[in-house]
Amino acid sequence: MSALELVQLNLLSPAILCFALGIAATLVRSDLRFPEPLYQALSIYLLLAIGIKGGVALASGTGEGMWLALGAAVLLSAATPLWCFPLLRLALRLSPADAGAVAAHYGSVSVVTFLAATAFLHALGEPFEGFLPAMVALMEVPGIIVALLLVQRLTGGTTHWAESIRTVVVGKSVFLLLGGLAVGALSGEAGLAKVDAFFVTPFQGVLCLFLLEMGMVAARRFGDFGKVGAALLVFSLLMPIAHAALGIYTGYLCGLSRGGAFVLGTLAASASYIAAPATIRLALPQANPALYLTSALAITFPFNLTVGIPLYYALSGWLY
Amino acid sequence: MNIETMKRVTIVAEAVIAERIQDDILRLGATGYTTTKAEGRGSRGVRASEWEGRNEKIETIVTPAVADELLQHLSDHYFEHYAVIAYAHTVDVVRGAKYR
Repeated sequence: MSALELVQLNLLSPAILCFALGIAATLVRSDLRFPEPLYQALSIYLLLAIGIKGGVALASGTGEGMWLALGAAVLLSAATPLWCFPLLRLALRLSPADAGAVAAHYGSVSVVTFLAATAFLHALGEPFEGFLPAMVALMEVPGIIVALLLVQRLTGGTTHWAESIRTVVVGKSVFLLLGGLAVGALSGEAGLAKVDAFFVTPFQGVLCLFLLEMGMVAARRFGDFGKVGAALLVFSLLMPIAHAALGIYTGYLCGLSRGGAFVLGTLAASASYIAAPATIRLALPQANPALYLTSALAITFPFNLTVGIPLYYALSGWLY
Repeated sequence: MNIETMKRVTIVAEAVIAERIQDDILRLGATGYTTTKAEGRGSRGVRASEWEGRNEKIETIVTPAVADELLQHLSDHYFEHYAVIAYAHTVDVVRGAKYR
């Protein structure tokens, strides 16, 4: 499939079109609003559904290769702040707190970007490993902790460590993913068959609704572009590509399929905007949310969703 | 009916720190509080997380001494970095012992 066809396949998927529709709704100042409880309900549904499906795959999983890939994914996400933080400090001249906050967001991952990547593989008919949702859950936390450690080493300030770690580990997002994995692993294929009609069949439709809301949320931040500055804008566009290449190569070395390596690359490229912001707000209150939220949510997220996904898939073609 | 004069402290805070403030209120001597979801616009303009939801308005009725301590605590720990406002009113209450 040519690069243009890949882009077309991605952009014309219902989920990405709904995301664009959400952006349009905000730009034309439509009165379209999601009630907050609905947004919460949709995110709970998506996280639990991914967890359950991943758990079933994990239980029927394939030994060594799986643990190697999961371990490598954890190391990759923990290591990401090690180069993001100095780069943001030295090249972009951000304060330690701001650099740590941005590095934490890029060290953690975006669940919705993961979903868009797997939907893209489904559309292509490209197979991928069933245990990848476990990878998402495991990659959410380490990057945030490493980034916080880097800031603390540099500034020596005291962080509300216990509360910050608690926020991210038992926060809704990681809790539901890990909980879902446990439910899926314990109930197995037979259990999944019972809830299939609720958690599997309507999944793509729910994702469309969620992305419609995410489009509106992301577009509301477009007004903050001016506060971010050109250097951070370039960082938010180029760093994901570098991380994707690294993730794909890591997946390749671990023996993942092309689809699996592509998903690991996309996860590495993604920046968290659910688990990380709440944790960072508590741990690094002096960091400016306009910087880390705008780069993660208004620049990297839409970039990955539209251009990044087909680009990373094409990149994976060089190795496979 | 026995009317007493107390202070009602109202705090509007971003959701991410609401729980921490509620703990602080009880620790500083209030016997309870009421929360409602709140929306609005302020000087900061940026909310920490869409996922955390709307702001919270927390109201508590306390003695004047506790009100002073609470406002001082908020000023020391939250005003610099978080989106928080707080103000106090003098209110007349019945069953004043309930708030001590």
